[in-house]
Amino acid sequence: MSNVAALTGSTNPESTVPTPQRPWAGRRSERLITFARLVVFGVLAIGLTVVTPLADVDGWAVAFLILNFAWVIGITSRLGTKERRNAIARVVVTALGVVAFVPWLSIFATVLWRGYRGLYPGYFVGDMRVTTPDDELNLGGAGHAVVGTLIMVAIATLITLPLGILCGIYLTEVRGRLTFLVRLFVQSMAGVPSVVAGLFIFTTVVRSMEKYSGLAGGLALAVLMLPTVSRTAEEVLKLVPDDLRSAGYALGARQWRTAIMVVLPTVRAGLITAGILGVARVVGETAPLLLTSLNTNGFVWNPVGGTLASLPTYIFAMFNYGTEYSVARAWTGSLVLLSIVSALFFLARRLGQRKNQK
Amino acid sequence: MTTVETPTPRKMTVIYSRADKVFRGIVTAGALTSLVALGIIAGFLILRSSGTFREFGFNFLTGTEWFSAGEDPLGGATAAADEANDGSIFSIGPMIVGSVVVASIALLFAVPLSIGGALYIEFFAPRFIYRPLVILLDLAAAIPSLIFGLWGVEIFTSFGVRWATFLNDRLGFIPIFSVEFENFGRSPFVAGCVLAALVVPITTSVAREVYSRTPRDLIDTCYALGGTKLGAIRSVVLPYGKSGVFAGIMLGLGRALGETVAIYLMLNLVFKYSFNILDSTGGNVASMIALKFGEASDKEISALMASGLVLFVITLIVNTIASSIIQRTTPRA
Repeated sequence: MSNVAALTGSTNPESTVPTPQRPWAGRRSERLITFARLVVFGVLAIGLTVVTPLADVDGWAVAFLILNFAWVIGITSRLGTKERRNAIARVVVTALGVVAFVPWLSIFATVLWRGYRGLYPGYFVGDMRVTTPDDELNLGGAGHAVVGTLIMVAIATLITLPLGILCGIYLTEVRGRLTFLVRLFVQSMAGVPSVVAGLFIFTTVVRSMEKYSGLAGGLALAVLMLPTVSRTAEEVLKLVPDDLRSAGYALGARQWRTAIMVVLPTVRAGLITAGILGVARVVGETAPLLLTSLNTNGFVWNPVGGTLASLPTYIFAMFNYGTEYSVARAWTGSLVLLSIVSALFFLARRLGQRKNQK
Repeated sequence: MTTVETPTPRKMTVIYSRADKVFRGIVTAGALTSLVALGIIAGFLILRSSGTFREFGFNFLTGTEWFSAGEDPLGGATAAADEANDGSIFSIGPMIVGSVVVASIALLFAVPLSIGGALYIEFFAPRFIYRPLVILLDLAAAIPSLIFGLWGVEIFTSFGVRWATFLNDRLGFIPIFSVEFENFGRSPFVAGCVLAALVVPITTSVAREVYSRTPRDLIDTCYALGGTKLGAIRSVVLPYGKSGVFAGIMLGLGRALGETVAIYLMLNLVFKYSFNILDSTGGNVASMIALKFGEASDKEISALMASGLVLFVITLIVNTIASSIIQRTTPRA
């Protein structure tokens, strides 16, 4: 913008800089025609699924793609090979892009559609002590699982948030001799398969306590959460401008004061985001909990008092039970779990945006 | 012309005060705690699995039998299980092969989809859906794999079976598409497709990130020389993002190899080398650990630890390759 302003010799750039024109963008009428064409092709594709062996949604998609291909090849027949290739590439890439998004949209839709059936207020306060998985959906609930998840995630957060932030500070502020090693370890921890994390904790904690517990589950989640938290914390701390640190030093502050009173407050929102992303990463983990905390049917508030239910293991158990009502319960649990993950995700985004605006 | 000599920067010495030393000590201790914790845990894992490795040696990786005599680890092992030689045989050859097979099928679908998806978002998508798509992409990467498993069993299987039947009908003469029983529901092919859906968000978001960093002026140069969008993508965007996208694919591969519950729900675990991807036999080291863990004897637990160690080493190698590439290609902040 400033370049253009300098060229036009203006002092007030906002008044003279023309809004960017996009002459290649389609006009409204053209876009309407394109839309109408796609609708027509869609209807034609439905016709094709009736008369040819192609069937169902995937058959329709194939028919739709073939029609589009035929149209593109036809319309570009008068143009050169370059334009034709470009038009074909456009269809191919668009198709791939749409296909890539279909499974997730399908998952969101399925979870909503199958999950809402079992949702009623008692779902969040009830447990499964007197209700069998096969009972009607207005009995029992997953309150105990939600509580268990909260306990274990809280344990994991209490451990990893301080450790992760310390790791981040070490990598950005202290920059000691072990920087390379710490970063390498954190990154390789990010790749630890979740079931292996569960095995880790089983060999150490569960074996030495001689019982499954929420504490063990929380520790297993902490192993998985630490890399996310410390990496996000590092990224956020990297964004603090060096000027701020220099200003701190220039005012006579020592490194610790600069770090604690200047750098950390600047990125408070970012550090909270790191925690939230970590929680979102582990709240749906199932495999490590199958090896460390298992499942129960009632409310358990004591993290070291034996097995503890959690949303993922609740869903897993309900789904494996395999009757109509128990599977419906599993979907309802999935709906709750997915809502939690989405809420955390959007919360993290919100905080991140506010930080960037400042 | 006189040459301007840039002065060499003066060496600076930093003397930390005592308070600073304490601060640095605390932070270093915090960072080291995680290292030490991981070290201890890995040490335990190696220690506990060493018995299995000593007893079965290389055969553990190649053999095809998993037989155990014993009881629950916390309920006390039976007398038979305590003896050194009770006839238990543990080996995970088919599971390693199964992991690789399922992960390869997943990548076969995920790579084109994620490259196409990333290109679509960055270069073809209409402006108004760009941001929603990016948000959806990031959100999809956060869906728990358990939900992917549920969706795979309940929704996708019917599609997957249709595709598998089609493949078997038309290409059944090729050995890998032939089957013993025409029951495709729990085959590596269908599981691989679900795994692809699980991997695509990860690879796509890395690829999109890499493509979005392509220097704008290079692309504009392409257009100015009369190139089409395809030309710009082929000659600038793809070469520029090659290593970054490769790293993203490796990250996805690591995820696919270590996936547990989705595979657990989708596959029949069979201890037999099988390359017929449409047959209902298959497996995966991670899901085998979860499956066998429930009623494992003491000795079997040791074998599971060994399997976990093998899985850990494999994913560690894959992820280290990925992260070293990412570190090399991302500009330093």
